[in-house]
Amino acid sequence: MAEVTMRVWRGDANGGDFENYTVEQNEGEVVLDVIHRIQATEAPDLACRWNCKAGKCGSCSAEINGKPRLMCMTRMDQLPEGPVTVTPMKTFPIIRDLVTDVSFNYVQAQKVPALLPPPMPEGGYRMFQEDVERGQEFRKCIECFMCQDVCHVIRDHEENKVHYAGPRFFIRYAELEMHPLDTNDRRDLIREEMGLGYCNITKCCTEVCPEHIKITDNAIIPLKERVVDAHYDPVAWLGRKIRRKTKRSADEAAVQPAP
Amino acid sequence: MSEATYEHHDYDVIIIGAGGAGLRAAIEAKQRGLRVAVITKSLLGKAHTVMAEGGMAAAMGNVYAEDNWMVHFRDTMRGGKYLNNYRMAELHAKESPERVWELEQWGALFDRTKDGRILQRDFGGHRYARLAHVGDRTGLELIRTLQQKVVSMGTDVFMECKVLQLVHDDDGNVAGCVAYWRATGEFVTFKAKAVILATGGVGKSWKFTSNSWEGTGDGHAMALWAGAKLIDMECIQFHPTGMVWPLSVRGLLVTESVRGDGGVLRNSEGKRFMFDYVVDMFRAETADSEDEADKWYDDHSAGRRPPELLPRDEVARAINAEVKAGRGSPHGGVFLDIGSRRSAEFIRRRLPSMYHQFMELAGVDITRESMEIGPTCHYIMGGVQVDAETAATAVGGLFAAGEVAGGLHGANRLGGNSLSDLVVFGRRAGIGAAEWVESGGGGAGFNYGEVEAAVNEALAPFERAEGENPYDIQRDLQEMMQANVGIIRTQSEVDEAIQKLEEFTERVKKISVKGGRAYNPGWNLATDLPAMLSVSKCVAHGASERKESRGGHTREDFPKADPEFATFNIAHASHGGRWDSPVTTDHAPLLVMPDELKALLEEAK
Repeated sequence: MAEVTMRVWRGDANGGDFENYTVEQNEGEVVLDVIHRIQATEAPDLACRWNCKAGKCGSCSAEINGKPRLMCMTRMDQLPEGPVTVTPMKTFPIIRDLVTDVSFNYVQAQKVPALLPPPMPEGGYRMFQEDVERGQEFRKCIECFMCQDVCHVIRDHEENKVHYAGPRFFIRYAELEMHPLDTNDRRDLIREEMGLGYCNITKCCTEVCPEHIKITDNAIIPLKERVVDAHYDPVAWLGRKIRRKTKRSADEAAVQPAP
Repeated sequence: MSEATYEHHDYDVIIIGAGGAGLRAAIEAKQRGLRVAVITKSLLGKAHTVMAEGGMAAAMGNVYAEDNWMVHFRDTMRGGKYLNNYRMAELHAKESPERVWELEQWGALFDRTKDGRILQRDFGGHRYARLAHVGDRTGLELIRTLQQKVVSMGTDVFMECKVLQLVHDDDGNVAGCVAYWRATGEFVTFKAKAVILATGGVGKSWKFTSNSWEGTGDGHAMALWAGAKLIDMECIQFHPTGMVWPLSVRGLLVTESVRGDGGVLRNSEGKRFMFDYVVDMFRAETADSEDEADKWYDDHSAGRRPPELLPRDEVARAINAEVKAGRGSPHGGVFLDIGSRRSAEFIRRRLPSMYHQFMELAGVDITRESMEIGPTCHYIMGGVQVDAETAATAVGGLFAAGEVAGGLHGANRLGGNSLSDLVVFGRRAGIGAAEWVESGGGGAGFNYGEVEAAVNEALAPFERAEGENPYDIQRDLQEMMQANVGIIRTQSEVDEAIQKLEEFTERVKKISVKGGRAYNPGWNLATDLPAMLSVSKCVAHGASERKESRGGHTREDFPKADPEFATFNIAHASHGGRWDSPVTTDHAPLLVMPDELKALLEEAK
């Protein structure tokens, strides 16, 4: 049995500081085990969010030694020797200790136009495995919001949150756009209101994804291509012009073709 | 006390719990034009449903055209050792396919057959490959689909809002609830004409469990306190395959799909021991050699089922017996081997979460090495007694669906029947509640005395300067329930549990909580413990009363099933309606099955 020092950020919206806890650490334990031990002994009011403790629910996201990680899937024995620092996700407002207000994501979710499939035939739809697989990759998302946390468009720019959906929702839009049954067209919305153009493909989101979803390569880049194709394709452009389009928003102007 | 004391909301229907059943109920009630709110103690999309792995059972007949609702009904009743509410089993078997297809209309992407239909996989106790699935993350697909549907309908969702107690109206019907916001610790009241409980299970009262912190039996307990009856509470499913090592993840679920997809159980001698544990009830349909069993996976007409795919209660008891006989694995389980039987590519495609889970948490590569597994507390078959058609409880205005409701699964649930339960009876609860509201039920006041009592009770731990740490009580309770009312039970141990639960009740009255009310997990646990104790008492009393072994209730001193006990459910009521009130126990006769359904069971014998 070993001991470890945990530097845990404690505080609320008014501020806070690190507190050190020296606790027992046993073989095979993850960071969340040690946080739970602190709660059960020294600090029963230490706030942290968790549910499944199996990497399936995405509740226990925090920054461990400065990097966004799931506390339940980060083994203590794989962290460097010495004190382990645990801080709340930086991009979201603090509620208390390691718990942040992630309602930004739930507001974004409300803006997503739902799947619009044709009426279902008797005996169910026919779709082929290779066609559903692209969407299935994105539906692995456990909504840990670490991709949102690490995305520099909003991590360091609170003001961008009003016109930027973030990587989690880009994979959601990509999933719907690639859904074999969908008949909704969200391309203008993605371009004009969801701020896809702000993403400059640094792939930070892909790196932190605990489900190893290739967010940038498989969702954002294809989505940019679709949106841009729709916009710069002269036939589509003319069609829109005739139908209703009158002006370009700043967001639209920011959209650049993918490299 | 007046309405103005706390933040107050008024709805037609409130749903407590945002797992599969709660969300499906919300969709139904909302579609009927009612004012609906969902209240969840976690964030939306984090409920325990996400942990379901294998799939949802529905006799669509996509893989085996011979499959139909009658076979599914028969499998469910046999798996439940005939303690089921037959009408629930019948409705469930008939309606599951529609509920699966409906999910596709809302965006779910299930794995496909070669001809483009929904693929179905084999699971324990199901005669045919019947589980619609997405790899081994079907629960996530279910909850995300329902969550996205609920959000797109504009349903109000109160997240991280923990309900403490139900509130009655002047007629004795349920009229809402009192809750508190996790973020601030402030209280909030909800008035509603109908309340649907969809709070899930109770597994957090055991030491080794696959349940998250949420499984504290809130809904079971609140229904009991409000005047409803709980049935079959002694019937608890210990899933045969939980992780046993490292200790920190002991109990974490290993999906049954590992066995459905070809995995086998071996003891320390390398023997596939399940062939030694086939009981008479399942002998005719179970293979008696490895050769025969192995042929079955590719073609169910080429051989009988492998014994690894017996219902969960049978497999859990067998593992327990092997470990007891000294043929266990180094950390007290047995071995689950798929690596030597299927290709690495197959395993990574079919079981990606399991591959990931063992690799990251145990450092075990399941494509090459065996997993060490053992039984883990997983699911409670028992729950609130409900009407099959409407999910109505004995209390006016109160409905229950999903794991919190009892009856569908009898004494033992088949894998895959839980996800389909959620959507079939979640929908029915939504309809039941809507019909109650539409016919003018509810609305006769709101008992603020009950609100005041619940608030005072919740705040009491802050008043005690010296007292017990809630974490200590929780740990001791988990150890006691694991030891005394675990997978194998005897009268003396159950009696000891009953007596100790009284001691725990006294300890809970002395809890002291440190810190403030804002997002305080110690305080939250203090508010969980009364429910955990009420539920544990019902489990212990039920285990004492059922002097036989049946499904998820195994008595060492009464190892056989007794036909006499197959004629009733053991039912509990609260005598006083407070969390520390005594619990009464009696017998509720089973519904009598019509002859045409009986014939389906007879044919199968």
